[in-house]
Amino acid sequence: MRKAGGATILHADLDAYFASVEQLLDPSLRGRPIAVGGGVVLAASYEARAFGVRGGMPGRRARQLCPGLRFVGGHFHEYTRLGDQVIGVLRDFTPLVERISIDEAFLDVSGAVHLFGAPAEIAEAIRHRVRAEIGLPISVGVASTKHLAKIASQVAKPDGLVVVDAGREREFLEPLPVGLIWGVGPVTGARLAGLGIRTIGELAESSTSFLEHLLGKAAGAKLSALATNVDLRRIQVTRRASSVGAQAALGAGVPTPELLRTTLGYLADRVAARLRASGRGGRTVTVRVRFTGLRSVTRSLTLAAGISATLTLTDIAVELAWSALADHPREREITLLAVSVSNLVDDVVLQLELPLDLSDDAYRPGTVAGAARWRVDRSVDAIRARFGRDAVGYATVALSDFSRVPEAFRELAERGS
Amino acid sequence: MVSGRLLAEISRSLPAQPVDVSVDGARVVVACGTARFTLPTLPVDDYPALPEMPATAGSIGADVFAAAVAQVAVAAGRDDTLPVLTGVRIEIEDDRVTLAATDRYRLAVRELRWQPERAGLSAVALVPARTLADTAKALTGGAQVTVSLSTGGAGEGLIGFSGRGATGQIGQRRTTTRLLDGEYVKYRSLLPDDSSANAYVETGAFVEAVKRVSLVAPRNTPVRLTFSDDQVTLEAGANDDAQASESLDAKFVSRDGSTEEFSIAFNPSYLLDGLGAVDSDTTRIDFTSPTKPAVLRGSKEADALATGDDYRYLLMPVRLSG
Repeated sequence: MRKAGGATILHADLDAYFASVEQLLDPSLRGRPIAVGGGVVLAASYEARAFGVRGGMPGRRARQLCPGLRFVGGHFHEYTRLGDQVIGVLRDFTPLVERISIDEAFLDVSGAVHLFGAPAEIAEAIRHRVRAEIGLPISVGVASTKHLAKIASQVAKPDGLVVVDAGREREFLEPLPVGLIWGVGPVTGARLAGLGIRTIGELAESSTSFLEHLLGKAAGAKLSALATNVDLRRIQVTRRASSVGAQAALGAGVPTPELLRTTLGYLADRVAARLRASGRGGRTVTVRVRFTGLRSVTRSLTLAAGISATLTLTDIAVELAWSALADHPREREITLLAVSVSNLVDDVVLQLELPLDLSDDAYRPGTVAGAARWRVDRSVDAIRARFGRDAVGYATVALSDFSRVPEAFRELAERGS
Repeated sequence: MVSGRLLAEISRSLPAQPVDVSVDGARVVVACGTARFTLPTLPVDDYPALPEMPATAGSIGADVFAAAVAQVAVAAGRDDTLPVLTGVRIEIEDDRVTLAATDRYRLAVRELRWQPERAGLSAVALVPARTLADTAKALTGGAQVTVSLSTGGAGEGLIGFSGRGATGQIGQRRTTTRLLDGEYVKYRSLLPDDSSANAYVETGAFVEAVKRVSLVAPRNTPVRLTFSDDQVTLEAGANDDAQASESLDAKFVSRDGSTEEFSIAFNPSYLLDGLGAVDSDTTRIDFTSPTKPAVLRGSKEADALATGDDYRYLLMPVRLSG
């Protein structure tokens, strides 16, 4: 177990972030129920949440719940900019900042107490500075572990601070609902409620083996450990994802070559661009195909060198998807396609290859063909950086209809994952 | 028939005394001093028939052959994604033999003379590099190695080598190996006719320097070489991590007479392989551009032309991108 010796882990979480930014930018929206989005609610202000409006809800349903709800378009660029500013404030207190998404981060302030005072004082200073300098409400939880700090910040919301002193963790946790535990979603929550387990205290009293049996070994053991406040995870300053992926739900569609090429091309473009932006390539490509009835199948391929080229990833993804489909000839329709790249390697240096004119040249980044794709991708990235994502794209994807959810929101949502 | 591995290990660990081998029913008894080993036998009928040795093609000095094979085998591919790249290509044209191997990143080509069995012999073969290297090294006990190669008929698809095993061993040693199938890459067109600059470095000192700076270059991260008029600077490591640099004397001649510095980066282990294979006190490196292959070779070009011995090691650089 982590020997923190005290409650020095902070979880700082901006409140109703996207909606708060909109209210910051347009004072006429302050104090009013607003939602970011249109067809779907991407984020709701606390005023709207009071009516039951939630993220992911269809717009029509949200209007029924809250007739005065005002929908606003997202200022996505501002979300990124202000989120970065907040992280900058956090880094003024300690370099041990682990950003886990656009609007939340963990801090380990054990080394900062001599400079800035007790963790609770640091938390209060952070809240004050974010409010005064950036104009946004932020809640902070202070505890001895990451998991507990995160729960504390959820309890602190909106715009609050909760400190869980070392030694009093159990006392704090026991009356709280199980839904506050990281990883307990509505399904698991309902399952536990069906067994009379509603609070973390009740969960802690259940045996590990019972929970493992109920929820599967890994999930059960993890829940049990968290419920008894065992959390081994440290703050990871250079947190880097071990894979990059994207998926698209398709309704139910017959898998035609056009559908596969367009959808996988679109997903590959997203994934490859993100790999390039982080200076990495991946050696393993995995494609998941979901059929009607939630049956799904995955296929993967591991390459000799890491790739980050859009066209190469598209080609491989299409090949893998066809191989998955060929193995399931009875499935008529597909409902989801997903592409992920793992086995990530740094892409800053590239071993070039002799022009041997071999059959797999196009899949290898160091060949002449691979280098050509690399240059095309860099040009695309440069144009997009300057003129926006829609300014340029590969024809099969650019001419298709993939604009139901704003691109920038996808970007934000995928950034933390 | 007995387990080869077991018998080899037993033989290796026996004391220096006479060894008695006898058959006792279905067992083989190996006795040496007071040590006694009883090994179960395996059915002799299960042992495959040894292939017939193909027709003799010619012969070559054993040491020259072993050195030449080692020079090219270092560049052969090790993964099985493309089996042809795991082989050494042997091309015979009368009294000249060319050995070549490439793993896509480097290409090693060695040309040498031999004594063909008959004048005008022309043949090609693709031999698994690992086997060829082991075989050539094992046959350095005698003066000559005989190469057998079928050109149709008996022993099709096989290559044979015979010669004397390492010092102390008695008798001829013969090895046959199945050739690799598939068309070999057209490597000759990759050997550049021209270069824009040549560098001359002292091989030993350069090898030591590459080894030193690449201590801070984990897992295939490159070492950067910057040549100026009379020296080369080696650098490795990234901004955030450990870094190293070292300079040593080198002669650098630009063909167009320009005095600009020239920088290029290589995977240090590939570079060391090449420097080790060049087998010369001074190594000459020919450059065309930082993204084109560099050519490493010994510096005594005149000698090479006279004897027909020529070795070239093409190495693709590493591109540094930001």
